[in-house]
Amino acid sequence: MVQERSLPSLSIPQTTITREQGLMLYEDMVLGRIFEDKCAEMYYRGRMFGFVHLYTGQEAVSTGVIKAMRPDDYVCSTYRDHVHALSAGVPAREVMAELFGKATGCSKGRGGSMHLFSAKHHLLGGFAFVAEGIPVATGAAFQTMYRRQVMGDAKADQVTACFFGDGASNNGQFFECLNMAALWKLPILFVVENNKWAIGMAHERASSETEIYKKAKVFGMVGEEVDGMDVLAVRTVAEAAIARARAGEGPTLIEALTYRFRGHSLADPDELRSKEEKEFWLKRDPIKKLGAYLVEQELATNEDLRAIEQKVQAIVDDAVAFAEESPEPKPEELYDYIFAEE
Amino acid sequence: MFNALRAAIDEEMERDPTVFVLGEDVGHYGGSYKVTKDLYKKYGELRLLDTPIAENSFTGMAIGAAMTGLRPIVEGMNMGFLLLAFNQIANNAGMLRYTSGGNFKIPIVIRGPGGVGRQLGAEHSQRLEAYFQAVPGLKIVACSTPYNAKGLLKSAIRDPNPVLFFEHVLLYNLKEDLPEEEYLLPLNKAEIVRSGEDVTILTYSRMRHHVLQAVKTLEKEGYDPEVIDLISLKPLDFETIGASIRKTHRVLIVEECMKTGGIGAELSASIMERYFDELDAPVIRLSSQDIPTPYNGTLENLTIVQPPQIVAAVQKLVQGQV
Repeated sequence: MVQERSLPSLSIPQTTITREQGLMLYEDMVLGRIFEDKCAEMYYRGRMFGFVHLYTGQEAVSTGVIKAMRPDDYVCSTYRDHVHALSAGVPAREVMAELFGKATGCSKGRGGSMHLFSAKHHLLGGFAFVAEGIPVATGAAFQTMYRRQVMGDAKADQVTACFFGDGASNNGQFFECLNMAALWKLPILFVVENNKWAIGMAHERASSETEIYKKAKVFGMVGEEVDGMDVLAVRTVAEAAIARARAGEGPTLIEALTYRFRGHSLADPDELRSKEEKEFWLKRDPIKKLGAYLVEQELATNEDLRAIEQKVQAIVDDAVAFAEESPEPKPEELYDYIFAEE
Repeated sequence: MFNALRAAIDEEMERDPTVFVLGEDVGHYGGSYKVTKDLYKKYGELRLLDTPIAENSFTGMAIGAAMTGLRPIVEGMNMGFLLLAFNQIANNAGMLRYTSGGNFKIPIVIRGPGGVGRQLGAEHSQRLEAYFQAVPGLKIVACSTPYNAKGLLKSAIRDPNPVLFFEHVLLYNLKEDLPEEEYLLPLNKAEIVRSGEDVTILTYSRMRHHVLQAVKTLEKEGYDPEVIDLISLKPLDFETIGASIRKTHRVLIVEECMKTGGIGAELSASIMERYFDELDAPVIRLSSQDIPTPYNGTLENLTIVQPPQIVAAVQKLVQGQV
């Protein structure tokens, strides 16, 4: 087993979250977890098809960043996008229906698991090729800066969060966009979810410098390393980065050290990752960690947490029922959405 | 023609503050072919955004800006360079609107010089319109005169969809008096350059001018060809094309892209499918050779279609020798 990188620790002053915030973060992570468990079940029961990449284990990153943002901020994801979409506010019904390929899905059944979109929730996608979302997110951030500086719109202070994995950090688009974002001081967070594996390619076999956050420095950008299994740590780092971006002080590269508890996709036999490694990370389950913290700090009781889990279970069950009952897209609408009419 | 393109951009930027240009050397330098000359002085550096040499990323960035409400014009310093942006153009400009179930519009123009120039070598002499025609969701337009360049570019900028807009490296210095008043030209209409009865010649971009040279000879010999400039390479304007074929019953395609998988290949197959019963002769294609464009001037001229070949092809077609 490879020596695990020492995780950065961040002491969170107890006053940084209220009971309401703590429960909100807990609920969002639990939603991601239970939703994805249900996805696995539905995939194996033949209700969803194609490639399905689950996020289980990484919830603290999505919740920690997106729940520190405003609803009018932008979120850009990858092919592992279900939980980012949920954190961004896309209703579970619409995400589940999309995975079922139904007309009521957030992409009207045209996108599928890897192509979730919601203009209403400022979710830019859902990008299935590694790193191709990074330029698009950079463009959304450019747009905000443009509206503010060229069009004189003082309300244009939205921030874009761009999520991608360790594998993407070796792609040219990553370096090119870090350069441009720093050059033009764009309001963007580049959030690398370093889960150590790009399918079967171990990060240390692919990267000459494995500490990705250090790559910010050559662009004159702030780079932060954070324990991606600790939602409060992620939230704290994200809040600072969002404040910098909103103030026009430019982008931040955040490397969240995390782990996916399942294989790359539901089709991945997951034979390369060692048992020891998986056990090491499973012990650091971000949901259990936050739950324990909330109880320990007397911000919540175990009953509160169980109630949230039951509430979320009902949301997910409702999403499945909605997806099951929803209509398929109509054959006569096959050509819809190719071109916009204005 | 570069002034016509510049005027189109200037007028649209004046009209709509969300329109901006980005690309290599479009700002201070004014564009390699002067299409954005000095516009940065009027509109500032953010609206004439000089980018680093990172085609895939700045094209993707423009797509993200378009998805969120701006109207970017990406200049490919040479359209061939946009091979490096193929992923963003195909996956995200072309397909994202559909894949998103109509969540996003992508009003973007991707323009610049294409075609075979004068001894620029293989990489700078590419005809990407053929490569991109298979990508769903893209409109592809080729301008050929200062008049149509201006009217078409203005329409492309106002179109809510991604438009690949091909200019030709050897046509930038064409001169023509343009109307004083504003005008727009439809992106989806072919232009009947010369009406005739004997044969329909379908062409676009610089080959329009080779065809017109050939027509001068043909007219002296008593031929009466109809010349159609396709303008829209995708979708093809079959209304205009079909009406002409029903009149002439013979088709000659003259193009600068390579024969294999080219615009002419698509056109020829579609004509066969739609108008087989109208045809009195097989559709003939005159295309560039299927080779990387050679540097040597003589070899380069042999690679692309020359006016005498067009004359000979029309003579054969009309005389029933094919």
